[in-house]
Amino acid sequence: MSIQVANIHKTFGSFVALDQVSLDFPTGALTALLGPSGCGKTTLLRIIAGLETADSGQVILAGEDASDTHVRQRRVGFVFQHYALFRHMTVFENVAFGLRVKPRRERPKEAEIRQRVHRLLDLVQLDPLANRFPSQLSGGQRQRVALARALAVEPKVLLLDEPFGALDAQVRKELRRWLRRLHDELHITSLFVTHDQEEALEVADQVVLMNRGRVEQVGTPNAVYEQPATPFVYGFLGAVNTFHGRIEGAHLRVGEATLAHSEDQGEVASGAQAVAFARPHELTIITDPGHDAGIAASVVRILSFGASTRVELDSLTPASDSELPIHYEVMLPRDQIQALKLVEGQRVRLVPSRIRIFQSQAA
Amino acid sequence: MSVAPFFNPTRQTRVLPGFHLALGYTLVYLSLIVLIPLAAVFITSATLSWSEFWAVVSSPRVVATYKLSFGASLLAGAINTVFGLMLAWALVRYSFPGKKLIDALVDLPFALPTAVAGIALTALYAGNGWIGSLLEPLGIKVAFTPLGVLVALVFIGVPFVVRTVQPILEDLETELEEAAASLGANRWQTFTRVLLPVLLPALLTGFALAFARAVGEYGSVIFIAGNIPMISEITPLIIITKLEQYDYVGATAVAVVMLVFSFIMLLAINLLQAWSAKRTGRDR
Repeated sequence: MSIQVANIHKTFGSFVALDQVSLDFPTGALTALLGPSGCGKTTLLRIIAGLETADSGQVILAGEDASDTHVRQRRVGFVFQHYALFRHMTVFENVAFGLRVKPRRERPKEAEIRQRVHRLLDLVQLDPLANRFPSQLSGGQRQRVALARALAVEPKVLLLDEPFGALDAQVRKELRRWLRRLHDELHITSLFVTHDQEEALEVADQVVLMNRGRVEQVGTPNAVYEQPATPFVYGFLGAVNTFHGRIEGAHLRVGEATLAHSEDQGEVASGAQAVAFARPHELTIITDPGHDAGIAASVVRILSFGASTRVELDSLTPASDSELPIHYEVMLPRDQIQALKLVEGQRVRLVPSRIRIFQSQAA
Repeated sequence: MSVAPFFNPTRQTRVLPGFHLALGYTLVYLSLIVLIPLAAVFITSATLSWSEFWAVVSSPRVVATYKLSFGASLLAGAINTVFGLMLAWALVRYSFPGKKLIDALVDLPFALPTAVAGIALTALYAGNGWIGSLLEPLGIKVAFTPLGVLVALVFIGVPFVVRTVQPILEDLETELEEAAASLGANRWQTFTRVLLPVLLPALLTGFALAFARAVGEYGSVIFIAGNIPMISEITPLIIITKLEQYDYVGATAVAVVMLVFSFIMLLAINLLQAWSAKRTGRDR
């Protein structure tokens, strides 16, 4: 079932939580709503579920305006960050709840309830724990019970509010993969809210990036990571190095240094203030002291674990408006680092292999 | 100069120190304040022979007071459980002007001398009082009837359920209700299947406290009850009456029956409470 929202506007007092948000979530896809806390992603999810009412705008479920439909009738499965399991019920009874509260005419027979609950518990690999109480389960198990409970009423869409937010890193990774597999099996239109960019990029088919109540970008994980549409998206998705400067034709002047850029000349006006971004793996370190291109910096720390090594550097000239040196991060394969023979405190130059330029909003 | 070791070399097996001291203190305190006075009641009544004792405690007038005292107390506890829950709900879930004031008012029956409450209630519910004059034409007499006893017992029991349920309600996430609603449960199903089981232990505790207080209540009841033998006499009044006639042994005999009755009922409620607490997983 498809989900559409049109011109959703929501304020809490004077705070604008959602500012005319319109989105279209394709049928059968797993979409991530990604953004920093307070960006309105959870509010949007709750409005789609019917747990919150928008000040204006429509929620359209399967082509029908559901804005005034009560959450009971919307047939959405909702999974809460803190599980919201019924603690006085066993795992079995938690999952059976949605079936037992159905009006008598629609309620399945006891034998069928049994069968359906056990099938769901099998699906979330918790059938042996059916008679436990929620307090006897680990966090990851509880969230799987919550998911089985939401699926029991055969919802048309599945909405998950930071489903892995309360779990520790190891379990989170495991559940992430598991959710992806489950979605591939069920193909139910799903939406999940997260502030963890890695989680969103890894699990979702489509990522919606939100900031301050607005949608910044919508696209596949690959598209939003490789072609961020706004400075916010660039900064939010992964580590990034920032250069503030002025456009001079095909170059960006950053303090004393100039950096070549490959932007279309028509897009960025010469002389304009601009900000440039480069990912840690898009920077090269040059140790040759005679080289005068790129940004002068000194090596602060070399962190080598795993296949690639991270080098942290500070600019030699502090930024004009602050006394603190600007911080840079470079990611290099281990063998390259060894060839460079870097030492901490060494002066080097940084040359980006690729930068992305955005014209500054304020001059 | 050598420095004495800072640590205690004897092995500590409990993380929390002072277990023996705390237990000893608890037992001595409980004995002095509760057990010894109660034992004295039993000892005094033991000067009666079994048949004399039975004659005192089973006289029709005394039996009528048991019925009224325990019946009205159970009913008052039940009424306070229902309305106390509603009051606590309103205080926890909604915000409205004057909420703090109402919250403070709840405790007033605790602080008020019970005689003041009794006089105020009698003045209100008597045939010529504000409320009494409205009820009288409808054929409902409150003051000087068992109904009056009930009104007084409800009044003094108000804070118990509110104060026991309030913290549990505050801890109860609204997410539970949202989860139930998203699973298709209506308000009534959400209340009976999700909220009530969680609140039940606290409700039972509140009920037990309100009931116990009502059984022992004297001051506020005697004014409004009218104290008509066989109709609106409560057991504590019988005890006082016997004391005033210097019938100390008879008074303690009735007191023993009250004590045993109350103890059995409180024990039963406590067992029920423990059972329901276990069911809601609060124990684990």
